Amino acid sequence: MTTLAIQRQGGGALAILLSETRMEFLRLLRAPAFSVPVITFPLLFYVLFGVVMVPHNAGEPVLRQIFANFTVFGVMAPGLFGLGVTLAIERDRGLLQLKRALPLPPSAYLGAKLLMAMSFSAIVSLLLMVVAVTVGQVVLALTQWLTLFALAVVGALPFCGLGLLIGTLVKGQAAPALINLIYLPMSFLSGVLIPLQALPHALAVAAPIWPCYHLSQLAQAAVGGTSASGVATHILALIGMASVLFGIALRRWARLR
Amino acid sequence: MNDRALRIPPAAALIGAVKRFGATTALTGIDLRIEPGRITALLGPNGAGKSTSIALLLGLLEPDSGRAELFGESPLRIEVRQRLGLMLQSAALPETLRVRELLSMTSKYYPQPLALAECAATAAVTDLLPRFYGRLSGGQQRRVQFAVAICGRPELLVLDEPTVGLDITARTAVWQSVRSLAAAGCAVLLSTHHLEEAEALADHVAVIMQGRVVASGTVSEVRAHGIHRRIRCVTSVSAEDVRKWEDVRAVERRQQRLDIETVNAEAIVRRLLIADPHLAELEVLQAGLAEALAAITQEAA
Repeated sequence: MTTLAIQRQGGGALAILLSETRMEFLRLLRAPAFSVPVITFPLLFYVLFGVVMVPHNAGEPVLRQIFANFTVFGVMAPGLFGLGVTLAIERDRGLLQLKRALPLPPSAYLGAKLLMAMSFSAIVSLLLMVVAVTVGQVVLALTQWLTLFALAVVGALPFCGLGLLIGTLVKGQAAPALINLIYLPMSFLSGVLIPLQALPHALAVAAPIWPCYHLSQLAQAAVGGTSASGVATHILALIGMASVLFGIALRRWARLR
Repeated sequence: MNDRALRIPPAAALIGAVKRFGATTALTGIDLRIEPGRITALLGPNGAGKSTSIALLLGLLEPDSGRAELFGESPLRIEVRQRLGLMLQSAALPETLRVRELLSMTSKYYPQPLALAECAATAAVTDLLPRFYGRLSGGQQRRVQFAVAICGRPELLVLDEPTVGLDITARTAVWQSVRSLAAAGCAVLLSTHHLEEAEALADHVAVIMQGRVVASGTVSEVRAHGIHRRIRCVTSVSAEDVRKWEDVRAVERRQQRLDIETVNAEAIVRRLLIADPHLAELEVLQAGLAEALAAITQEAA
């Protein structure tokens, strides 16, 4: 009996985190307004722009580059929408208050949302890989596949930070609108959806202010291309941006009513 | 206060709690005790400070001065909140989760939760377990919220408008469960607009007005506030005459019927019967909680 009690105490926090994560994942998977765009849009866009409409003379490196960039595009949405919209709606509908009053550790509440976003990101990345291998004519070494996958999972975090921040700034239905206003322009301005060369010079120079620019550079490096400023610089930039976003978001979160 | 009361802290207490929001003071030094085994109803008009009081007790807000305590400790501690179950009127649970999933998820927050089947049976949601929360009717959702509130074997149950939207059968079932939990020693804090509910369910009442408790005690103590009673009868005696009688507070005539409010019903009835031997349909009514509340809030305002 003592053993049982100790197990309960010891396993408590982890068990809560896992169960919260599972429920957070399930409830969003079952919500078409979230799961359909988050999972299918990157796939559709990749099929359209990376497979169907790609120039015939495009070399294998270009195909890899496009694939890596659509992976980055797919990695952004789970954190932005999964944290931003859910937090904004939970604030609006009183669920955040209930969860805070219940004996649920705040770390489990937030941790579950991060793990949920990383799970969706992993799924999107894997589905994109299936498309890339079957119809995308992308050939990578095993380590390259694995590096890109790891990047997709961990790379969801800065966008979780941004999503969380947005969720603390606006309530309810304003969140999806605001996130779309950030998500799509950011994807264009960082060279994720169109090459940086296609942008006006001033905008192209400003690309490093966007977290997805650095993730995109890392993804290029992962699939055998070269990054603009070296892998270490981009990793540090992402860690820095994520820290600032989470720092501000968590401070605001702690003071939410 | 006896030794026992000193040793065992109340399940929940506000001690001289003050809470300001900008320039407005929501709570002006409120004192409130929620005792084990007792159902305490928090009454008062909108904006009186009921929600703020509950938010302080749940640790959602912190008092500017004074204290909020659960079981003698800070409500911010998770170990303390593990002894708490709650149902917030405003909280919408995730629509795409099944009732079974909601209950098992919430149970995990508690060290010794009820078995799922027992919890579901107590809240009468057994048949709803496989259903999605978002597909349930308003009344069914309230029952699920109640199940979520009791799944952790709480020692303190905080219920905010627990039976809004429930039909009579479901409401009676919830009342029955709340009563048996209280009988088993659970402290219950009930916030409601339904005076009928407070009267039917609560042992104790605390009336909040303008950020403080203006009256508290057992339901009959609070109801006896002003101890006026109401006499109704069909009589030819005129309202003008009765109004001059001693101890009469108010008289109103509605067609043949006279409606008299008094603090001395026996004397008035005697005079009425003497004045009008043909008096009919005599009724003497105890003032309800509603009348007492109206009197209390009028005095406090």
